[in-house]
Amino acid sequence: MKTSQPVAAGHPERIELVHGGGGRASAQLIERMFIRAFDNPMLQQKNDQARFDVPTRRLVMTTDAHVVSPLFFPGGDIGSLAVHGTLNDIAMAGAEPLYLAVSFILEEGILLRDLQRIVASMARASEAAGVPIVTGDTKVVERGKADGVFITTSAIGSVPNGVDLSADRAQPGDQILLSGTIGDHGVAILSARDSLGFTSPIRSDSAALHDLVKQMVRQVPTIRCMRDPTRGGLATALNEICQQSGVGMLIDEQAVAIAPAVQSACELLGLDPYYLANEGKLIAICPAAQADRLLAQMRAHPLGQGASRIGVVTTDPQAMVELQTALGGIRLLDWLNGDPLPRIC
Amino acid sequence: MKYIEEFRDAALARTLAQAIGQAVEPGRTYRLMEFCGGHTHAIYRYGLPGLLPKAIKMLHGPGCPVCVLPIARVDQAIELAGRPGVILCSYGDMLRVPGSDRRTLLQAKAEGADVRMLYSIDDAVTLARQLPQRAIIFFAIGFETTTPATALAILRAQKLGLSNFFVFCNHLLTPAALDALLADSPNPGSWIDGFIGPAHVSTVIGTAAYQQVARRYRKPIVIAGFEPLDLLQAILMLVRQLNSQRCAVENQYHRVVRPNGNRLAQDYMAQVFCLRASFAWRGLGTIAASALALRPAFASFDAERHFPLAERPSREHPGCACPAVLRGQLDPAACQLFAVACTPANPLGACMVSAEGACAAVYAYGRQPLREAL
Repeated sequence: MKTSQPVAAGHPERIELVHGGGGRASAQLIERMFIRAFDNPMLQQKNDQARFDVPTRRLVMTTDAHVVSPLFFPGGDIGSLAVHGTLNDIAMAGAEPLYLAVSFILEEGILLRDLQRIVASMARASEAAGVPIVTGDTKVVERGKADGVFITTSAIGSVPNGVDLSADRAQPGDQILLSGTIGDHGVAILSARDSLGFTSPIRSDSAALHDLVKQMVRQVPTIRCMRDPTRGGLATALNEICQQSGVGMLIDEQAVAIAPAVQSACELLGLDPYYLANEGKLIAICPAAQADRLLAQMRAHPLGQGASRIGVVTTDPQAMVELQTALGGIRLLDWLNGDPLPRIC
Repeated sequence: MKYIEEFRDAALARTLAQAIGQAVEPGRTYRLMEFCGGHTHAIYRYGLPGLLPKAIKMLHGPGCPVCVLPIARVDQAIELAGRPGVILCSYGDMLRVPGSDRRTLLQAKAEGADVRMLYSIDDAVTLARQLPQRAIIFFAIGFETTTPATALAILRAQKLGLSNFFVFCNHLLTPAALDALLADSPNPGSWIDGFIGPAHVSTVIGTAAYQQVARRYRKPIVIAGFEPLDLLQAILMLVRQLNSQRCAVENQYHRVVRPNGNRLAQDYMAQVFCLRASFAWRGLGTIAASALALRPAFASFDAERHFPLAERPSREHPGCACPAVLRGQLDPAACQLFAVACTPANPLGACMVSAEGACAAVYAYGRQPLREAL
């Protein structure tokens, strides 16, 4: 990647409708901002599509739209998030991501320097992940018809032979592992919304997990499934797996790590960290016999240092997740109902 | 001291649970009602029912301000939100409470109304300053916990000379509800042995506010904090009172609650609010002198005076057992609608609309028989 240069002086400081018109202004924006930042041979060909050979293995494909508000938050921005989120969707199949595609919807009037910051952040994330952005598209919509910048990223990846991860494969007796603390991204986003008037040292955990996953599936190819607990949080992701696999779960509350600052923010705002989004964490389910080895492998990776064994898969025709509380009681850990709204008192 | 972890200590919790187990008299059942929805939520969130001996039966009370707000008031708020130039502001969990025809404030927002979720009413006053051409209406709800903040906001708006800030007042009084709960029966409160009194409400009104109810109905009341150890200790205190046939108001939450409460907050409330003759509570019926309205001196901030609202009927689902659930006379799961037609995603009755309602808490945390602990 070349460091992206500011667009030359004399260019408008804000995005205008003409930037999406398909004419010279569009071409200049693409050339000077996107191609310069995401620079790679496939993009340099300036075709409407990227052409490449694929490995003779199973492929996975995913797409994800990103509409986060605010665009910039502690620990990341919509650009890095758009790269990480899509790479993680590929990684949850145990796959290695190969190529990224990106589509921008820009709102007329957004500051060019904000877009530049976002694009530079995407370029850094893509380079750090070793996954190039090989094709893209840009549209500009009238002011008020979008919220600054919307970014859709798509990716393809290839699955190593012998790996078969799917959320319908969890079996009673399997162990459930979690790669680190929960709720960090959710609280980071909340604290960045100026309406709340609170500051927090918490940064988003936004990160690309495919390298961690690569080590995990290499060590334990029999992992049954993985999921990244994004929107809806840990509670919702666990419920999804239970539903798809037709099993229950018993989770040990004391094994689920929550940063003290996240816990405090949740107490203050009346939110439950089990329902807050994460962008750099994964749940892995594996046969009990392999759990120790998998946990050790996760802890050996920078993104899995805080990994822990949080529970077991149980037989439950009702497919419910139960939580053993720190006090020793048991309760349900239900799906998220609607958005997590703060309680009154 | 962090004032949180210390009150969630697992070893101390087991010790307290054992002490409760030893204190209960053989063959006796202790039916204890936590008045406040925050307590209901905490009891389930920490899995306390699994720690308590079978002799302790927790009953869930009506102290969830979102739950007991009549449907008609939600309809009126939605109507206010639809008026031209209005920005309707409220606390979070009020936004998805369905009114008539299942419409919520969130739906009104999707249809174009300007509805905003705020963490503090103070932000609504600030909004009124920033947008003088808009009418900012705050949908004020809650017991004595949130009332002083509403009073302060109105005083601030007055000081700032704002003419575009309004309060749609739905503040309720705890002791009146407690009294009505016990009085409204031929055999007052025969199904309740004692009460766990509210935490935050009591910081404002103090323990003295409960003396009359405790004495009149001969029920012990222990004011408790929201943490699990607070609740377990309060249960132990209630069991001991009942064993020695006492019915005193005791204060477990003495790290925050004072006998006379917060005088400053009480003064602000008295300055701004006066008693309504009566208020129709959802599920509990009309209770005299149980809610507050703005004093005439503050009429210019009163949304009900400034935006005349049509009186509306509050129609409830005929099969809904919320009146009995709110009084602690029926287990949520015993209602024929529970978890079948009435769920948090599609609440039919008062107790399912807020996370702190008894039905919502049972649904979310314990709607099936749970296995023994690991």
